[in-house]
Amino acid sequence: MAGQELADTIAGFALFADLSTPQREQVVDVFSEQWFGDGEKVLRQGLSGSGLYVVLDGAAAIRIDGVDRATLRAGDYFGEISCLLGEAPTADIVAMGSLRCLVLSSSQVESFLKSNPSVMYRLLQGEARKVRTTTKWLS
Amino acid sequence: MQLAYSLSRLGVEHAALSADDAPGGMFRKWPLFQRMLSWTKPYTGFQPGSREFERHDWNSLAGDEPAHRGLMASVMDGTSYFPSRPEMQRGLELFGERTRLQVRYGCRWEATRKDGDDVVLTTSDGEYRAPRVVFAVGVAEPWKPPIPGLEHAAQYGELRPVETYADRRIFIIGKQNSGFEIASGLLPLARQIILASPSSTKLSVNTHSLVGVRARYVQPFEDSVLAGGVVILDASIEGVKRTADGYDVRVRTTADKPLQFLVDDVIAATGFTTPLRDLADLGVKTFGQSGLPAQTYFWESISLRGIYFAGTINQGSKGLMKHGIPSNSGAVQGYRYNARVLARHLAELQGQTLDRPAIAADEVIPTLLREARYGPELWHQRSYLARVISFHPDRGILDEGVLPLMYFLDNERFDGAAAITLESNGHEDLYPVVYVRHDGKVHETRLADDPFLNFETVQHRTDLAHALEPFLSPSLSRPRT
Repeated sequence: MAGQELADTIAGFALFADLSTPQREQVVDVFSEQWFGDGEKVLRQGLSGSGLYVVLDGAAAIRIDGVDRATLRAGDYFGEISCLLGEAPTADIVAMGSLRCLVLSSSQVESFLKSNPSVMYRLLQGEARKVRTTTKWLS
Repeated sequence: MQLAYSLSRLGVEHAALSADDAPGGMFRKWPLFQRMLSWTKPYTGFQPGSREFERHDWNSLAGDEPAHRGLMASVMDGTSYFPSRPEMQRGLELFGERTRLQVRYGCRWEATRKDGDDVVLTTSDGEYRAPRVVFAVGVAEPWKPPIPGLEHAAQYGELRPVETYADRRIFIIGKQNSGFEIASGLLPLARQIILASPSSTKLSVNTHSLVGVRARYVQPFEDSVLAGGVVILDASIEGVKRTADGYDVRVRTTADKPLQFLVDDVIAATGFTTPLRDLADLGVKTFGQSGLPAQTYFWESISLRGIYFAGTINQGSKGLMKHGIPSNSGAVQGYRYNARVLARHLAELQGQTLDRPAIAADEVIPTLLREARYGPELWHQRSYLARVISFHPDRGILDEGVLPLMYFLDNERFDGAAAITLESNGHEDLYPVVYVRHDGKVHETRLADDPFLNFETVQHRTDLAHALEPFLSPSLSRPRT
């Protein structure tokens, strides 16, 4: 898919909703695109070297100790926690059918978020929702 | 050529077809400014032909015997450690001659269809049929994005004689290696050069990898910083218009500022695409502006079984992307080893049982550390190819050879095995990593980096022995006397 078409696709994702067209084109340029086949692991629980992934097409399972806990779909992102904390992922992410993602390496996440504060704010909102869900679940 | 050679050596019956008239078709045309980006270092302390030399030789194909290895060193004139385009061409011809490689040249692939489990190729020389077909057709067709007016721009490969750019204002669209190659080539002549694309340029010396503009092409950066003869912009290109005496280029910076440039020439260095003909219609998924096929770690299409890829198209299989660094599969020094691994994989799929030599317990640690220090597959395909040794209660310890790391990590067959790789995190020196599969789990151990790239120290032996404790006695960490 050409860059402009990808830039249009991510305009519909909450994470990038506040960006202008040139900024979205830059996102598409800075991130790389990657496909995964059915059953292929995108991230591996406990292994170093993560990245920030945004699902473009398809679905992926969040698998912890071999048990599927949730499903990720287009517009969802993952890997951000291990990037922010500099730690290995705490779950396997496994493609369910063909999966297409945008990927930003962990080493680029800090500079990307600092230069795109609106994405940082949207990401914070996402993390807040996760904390809220976890808090509800624990209580 | 590498795959055909490796298949021949394994005794796998195959047909190798090429639309070109002779070996090295791509290198009869590219690169534009006549010298490669990849080096062959003549003085390394190792003889050309040795495995150790391959670490320093990025251009030769990898033969099995010394007489078929390191051939580029013998065809280069010594004026540069980057071979010239004709030297690269000659190196490939020499490999073909010495190995008596059988290739049907002048045979053009025209169409593809599936017939049951077979893939059928229609070619200028009739039909070929096989259960597995490997496409090694390069990523060398220039590509232009759909920018209004860009049809007026010259493409990489369509440039006029270089002297005709003297005293001209030149706008180059694209800030990757091809854009900077052109800018470097025109630097002594152009009055002004503007390079623009949406994202900031990365430099390979900063990423510690082949990601980014290579050091050979960095001179335009220095000019932009010190002299102002070059302008480097992060901006999207909104349109290109012809004017009476040149071009009007409109851009919008990432800070949303519109800019206009009146220039004499516009050059599109906007990348290359993969000539896959009708493979997408058959179900091969592709991605990115280069239209690369999405591939498994064994370089098979993720969406169409039986369709494999070799050569620079292998960059569509990025591997683990640990720390954001992809495989080196887009370059000769990476894909020559992919082809060798693929040949073994295809031989096994055809029912061959490949040799997995036994290895003594006290040889395991020295073997793995020596591979980390000198193994060219590990050096050139970091985090992608690994040397694997398996431990069996009944069959002893077996050398599994070089395999894709992802295959090792995700395949239960390797429970009771260890793999060593070299890795880089983009900011430190490279270091070996050992992965141990035991009781269904994978444990990762990073070994120390070393300023002299010596991974055979006492500390490395001790740390590796500790990682291998599920399989080996710790006493084996001691150096042999």
